Amino acid sequence: MTTIPKIRYSRRSILKTGAAALGASTLSAPMVWGQETKDIVLRQFGTGVSNLNDVALQVKEDLGFTLEMTALDSDSVTQRAATQPDSFDIADIEYWICKKVWPTGNLQAMDTSRIAQYDNIVGIFRNGKLTPDSTIAQGTAPHSVGFVEGPGGTDFVDTESGWMTLIPTIYNADTLGIRPDLIDRPIANWSELLNPEFAGKASILDISSIGIMDMAMVCESMGEITYADKGNMTREEIDATFAIFTEAKRNGQFRAFWKTFDESVNLMASGEVIIQSMWSPAITAVKSRGIPCVYQPLEEGYRSWGGGLGLSSNLSGMELEAAYEYINWYLSGWVGGYLMRQGYYSAVPETSKAFMSENEWGYWFEGKAATDVITSPTGDTLAQAGEVRDGGSFTDRMGAVACWNAVMDENQYMVRKWNEFIAA
Amino acid sequence: MTDQTIIAAPPDVPATAAQRGVGRHLTGWLLAAPLAGVLAIFLVLPILTIVVVSFWGATEFSIYPAFEFDNYAFLLTSDVTWRVFGNTFKYALITWAFTLLIGFTVAYYLAFHIRSLTWQIGLFLLCTVPFLTSNIIRMISWIPFLGREGIANSALLSWGVIDAPLDWLLFSDFSVILAFVHLYTLFMVVPIFNTMMRIDRSLIEAATDAGAGGWQTLWHVIIPLAKPGIMIGTIFVVTLVMGDFITVRFMSGSQSANVGRLISNDIGLLQYPSASATAVVLLVTVLLVIAVLLRFVDIRKEL
Repeated sequence: MTTIPKIRYSRRSILKTGAAALGASTLSAPMVWGQETKDIVLRQFGTGVSNLNDVALQVKEDLGFTLEMTALDSDSVTQRAATQPDSFDIADIEYWICKKVWPTGNLQAMDTSRIAQYDNIVGIFRNGKLTPDSTIAQGTAPHSVGFVEGPGGTDFVDTESGWMTLIPTIYNADTLGIRPDLIDRPIANWSELLNPEFAGKASILDISSIGIMDMAMVCESMGEITYADKGNMTREEIDATFAIFTEAKRNGQFRAFWKTFDESVNLMASGEVIIQSMWSPAITAVKSRGIPCVYQPLEEGYRSWGGGLGLSSNLSGMELEAAYEYINWYLSGWVGGYLMRQGYYSAVPETSKAFMSENEWGYWFEGKAATDVITSPTGDTLAQAGEVRDGGSFTDRMGAVACWNAVMDENQYMVRKWNEFIAA
Repeated sequence: MTDQTIIAAPPDVPATAAQRGVGRHLTGWLLAAPLAGVLAIFLVLPILTIVVVSFWGATEFSIYPAFEFDNYAFLLTSDVTWRVFGNTFKYALITWAFTLLIGFTVAYYLAFHIRSLTWQIGLFLLCTVPFLTSNIIRMISWIPFLGREGIANSALLSWGVIDAPLDWLLFSDFSVILAFVHLYTLFMVVPIFNTMMRIDRSLIEAATDAGAGGWQTLWHVIIPLAKPGIMIGTIFVVTLVMGDFITVRFMSGSQSANVGRLISNDIGLLQYPSASATAVVLLVTVLLVIAVLLRFVDIRKEL
């Protein structure tokens, strides 16, 4: 691949490049993409959920430049975004990671006037409200770390300032996953995770920043603790939460903790665990093995998360233009459709609709019964005709968010407590 | 080069002897230099960096140079540290005992019961076959085997040995130690087998002639002579187990911790200074353990 352009450095290609550069300087965006577009490489890294090879392939086809993807776990993503700014052009990170990483100055804000679909981005990411009358959930709500005052801004602002930190790409509402064939009664509350009935058959994820939120949902549901803000606990609240979970752990409530997506799938599919914190595509993965698994909606609501694309502060010139082009393309529907057919939501659902069948749109977004077999983008059967998505429609699910993944002021204290909990 | 020219010089000039001494000295230093250089750059320097960083401070997402004892203060006063170190020693000790027992038996069988050298080598190579696959794969393959609906449990159930699946087979200290023993026994077999092969057989004949029984020969002749091998195997196993984190994470289902996991958690959370401090304490601990072990056997003399 790399050798071909070198060989073609003929007089003609240089003229072409010159013409394109001339075009770039005189015309405003969108650009006339010249020969050198093909040589642009954008390096993106992020968690496995949205770092999909299919996206890179489609970018090459639609936009002409190369997108290199690296998938890492959340901890490594944070680490890389904070410490190795030269190693990436685009960071695909979650909003709570953004809160942590933004102060390092490794990312640059984006001009919303250059985002074609900006006005259609779901309200959650702009003013925090899904619908005008919805309340804002606890935790690091995306809009609260979504804007800074200007291009070089370091402090987050509450208003839609026109300079966005991350362009939202993907988000979802998480809850507990259960094995309905092994639990023969309805599950309706988070507190069931610590129900002694499931001793030795429960699991929680061993990623402190997310695990603590699941713990908080459980403790609040048990009626043991009422938090002022689950996303920003006091030391006392953290201590009380861990006291409850440490006791449960010592009593053998947990079969294991999981850290990666695959582990959660294997625990559930093998029957080692019948109730646990889980992510939506993990449920899908269990189901595609022919094992019943439900993403159980619970009375207290969902723990939600969202991710977005951030631009490295090193990006400039042609690469920056390409990055804007890429982001506009990202919101234009193809990726959204791809992600929504896996059970995630896209930032601009309307554009995704064009890339989904009516049946798919009805099942995934509107919460309607499937009229035909629902398959994943990779072709696995996920639901039969007549089945309804766990939790219902977009507004039902995203409207019932109780808290967002967060990073707390007392994060370091919480992390030390988490280590104690694991060692307990 | 220098050697050759010096040798070529007339031997009866007194100055040459001194020159020759210097030349030899220089050659020695030059010969040692590449290895010393490699070790300095890739071993000593990183360790020094770790020691330096262990005194630094950290915020949520960055580390800053400082000289403070906060990391050590927190580490040494937290009861979690003590518990985790205790756990690490527990794993090391139990694993050591099992690997020694199994490793010694296997080596003994290979060295004294197999008569033909061909068979000895053949069987020895057989022991190394599992090492053709990755460490991680050998470890993870235990998980489906030991699981609640795994082969072990379903076999026991169908034989009527148990009525309900045994939960402690997987995600427990049992499974952690099982995996350790499985992974590291060969590190015991190799050095012990090696020293046993070099035991002069006439010593055993002499012991028998002198009226010693099998156990007496084993205790008074073979074990003392195999000590260096045992010690080398012990050092391998103890350092490997104490430095491990992935086996403990997978086989305990993340429910147990050892020092390696503390370090890996800290690194994941960007707490490099704290991770460094823990690493330094672990390094010192392991070095102390080895120092104690070396008090028992002078490996350099025995080899």
